[in-house]
Amino acid sequence: MANQAGKPMKSVSEQFRLLRDRQQCALIPFITAGDPDLSTTAEALKVLDRSGADLIELGVPYSDPLADGPVIQAAATRALRQGVTLDQVLEVVQSVSPQLQAPVILFTYYNPILNRGTDAFFQAIAAAGVRGLVVPDLPLEEVETLLAPAAAAGIEITLLVAPTTPSDRIKQIAAQSGGFIYLVSVTGVTGMRSELQSRVQSLLQNLQSLTDKPVGVGFGVSEPEQARQLKNWGADAVIVGSAFVKRLAADQAGLSAIETFCQQLKAVL
Amino acid sequence: MTRTPLPLQLASPTARPDALGRFGKFGGKYVPETLMPALHELEAAYRAYAENSDFQAELGGLLRDYVGRPSPLYFAERLTQHHARPDGTGPQIYLKREDLNHTGAHKINNALGQVLLAKRMGKQRVIAETGAGQHGVATATVCARFGLDCVIYMGERDMERQALNVFRMRLMGAEVRPVTAGTGTLKDATSEAIRDWVTNVETTHYILGSVAGPHPYPMMVRDFHAVIGAETRRQCQEKWGGLPDILLACVGGGSNAMGLFHEFVEDSSVRFIGIEAAGEGVNTDKHAATLTAGRVGVLHGAMSYLLQDTEGQVIEAHSISAGLDYPGVGPEHSYLKDTGRAEYYSVSDQAAIEAFQQVSRLEGIIPALETAHAFAYLNSLCPQLSGSPYIVINCSGRGDKDVQTVAKVLDQSSNA
Repeated sequence: MANQAGKPMKSVSEQFRLLRDRQQCALIPFITAGDPDLSTTAEALKVLDRSGADLIELGVPYSDPLADGPVIQAAATRALRQGVTLDQVLEVVQSVSPQLQAPVILFTYYNPILNRGTDAFFQAIAAAGVRGLVVPDLPLEEVETLLAPAAAAGIEITLLVAPTTPSDRIKQIAAQSGGFIYLVSVTGVTGMRSELQSRVQSLLQNLQSLTDKPVGVGFGVSEPEQARQLKNWGADAVIVGSAFVKRLAADQAGLSAIETFCQQLKAVL
Repeated sequence: MTRTPLPLQLASPTARPDALGRFGKFGGKYVPETLMPALHELEAAYRAYAENSDFQAELGGLLRDYVGRPSPLYFAERLTQHHARPDGTGPQIYLKREDLNHTGAHKINNALGQVLLAKRMGKQRVIAETGAGQHGVATATVCARFGLDCVIYMGERDMERQALNVFRMRLMGAEVRPVTAGTGTLKDATSEAIRDWVTNVETTHYILGSVAGPHPYPMMVRDFHAVIGAETRRQCQEKWGGLPDILLACVGGGSNAMGLFHEFVEDSSVRFIGIEAAGEGVNTDKHAATLTAGRVGVLHGAMSYLLQDTEGQVIEAHSISAGLDYPGVGPEHSYLKDTGRAEYYSVSDQAAIEAFQQVSRLEGIIPALETAHAFAYLNSLCPQLSGSPYIVINCSGRGDKDVQTVAKVLDQSSNA
């Protein structure tokens, strides 16, 4: 794996180390692959990369996205209606990732991984240039079978911590999580919410008292003001999904809309 | 008739499921992290109250006085005559009358058990998914009985074809929320209920209505329905002094079948047959025959057989019966299939409608369209049998809710 300059592509952990050295809070935009179409996805990855994204989370469309709210569900449905497949998504990553500074994290539900076969899946995504993986329906107990094949392929699996997760469990999750720890800011599904719950601050503090790994906060973050608030509370990364997906799908000017929005978010971090 | 040998690993009932909620490789907990503490809490509460005499006394009293248990084991004389050989011998057909339960189906057994748990866990709000509306009605009923807030998720299309049950739920004070995603059926309603639970998990109990979903649901729902099999054993003993030879039940998620089978898993002479919905045919793309035509996958929190395409995307199921219209199946059924302990076959929409009419005319019992699938299989099964074996069919629900659907189909075919 190498970018155009011939240097090896950064892993998720390496990117966080660089950001930490610069005392920066990372911006992680999320988009759904294939919505509105795959060529737009390819362009969007480049636009986000040059507009301030430090890492990019790319969602693989799935028929039953249990952890997603209406915006990302609808995006996945549109992508699947066009017949978007995992291989097509990986082709896009393969063609674009050498031009990106930001490591690409794949977000997929478990059934497509199981369907492909674990080893084959990790080989395919690694070959395409993916560096990280988030599987929202695999809690600690079920993720174990993926850890060894992921490590062998050089893929870091980032695990999620929820507001309901007790401290002893947080420690176990933190120990296994690769790249960073994904703090779900709300009890709920992905989607835009107008206000952050005030308990996010204490959740962050508690989490950071239990681990040295970087913490990214996502679910429900949709405005620069919320991103600034999370940075001030000590987040190492802010993940923004539905707000990007909605802008990108809205009209012809989707790409310029996400460019502006990405720059606005980056400006406050 | 062939007898299936009992696999050795089924020797201990406590091993189903194991500590991680697995039946062999099936089951597990494939859910967002947010739900994990709630699943732990639910399992702990269930295990504590399963052994608690106050809980059992309250549940037993309500099953007797409110639900009307035990449900009768009824000898279906004319159905038996219909399937008799020319010399008058043939299988003896009995019906376990779950259709006579309060609310008209077996679903109340589980709804009642879970609502008593919810009350003890201090949850004031209850949610549920429903397909045919029988589980939704059962949940609305027990929530009315115990004064809990109740929200039922139901596919838009199912609300149309089960309008009577929508009215019943609302009459009892439940809010019925239409689900428009996907095909607007049980799969989509279940996803939406899980999303609600993820959001409101701290105040809400999710009464999942089948032996599906993440652990501990497949175990707990089975156990609350196991009263069906336990009563059947006693009633068989009373009526003919022995065991049944064949247990026959329809399978969507599979709760009525598990409720009947569970008691007899270690009785290797008892043959288990589950009947899935073949819709317009298992060779078409319009069916719900998960165990017959599916591959192993993960849906709604459990690993089990699943209708999916080559990409691992879940395929929409089809059945005329809303309660069987589901692309997944309970993980324990996948285990019973793979170990050879149970057999699974499928029956088409057309055959189910014919059985619906046949049982109505022969026995004066209008079965649910789901249940009609099990009856329909008698036409294939009975000619294969020798002697006069005892067949017990789980008559899992009454068909009043389906008369409009069937009337429409019959009207179309008579005008064709």
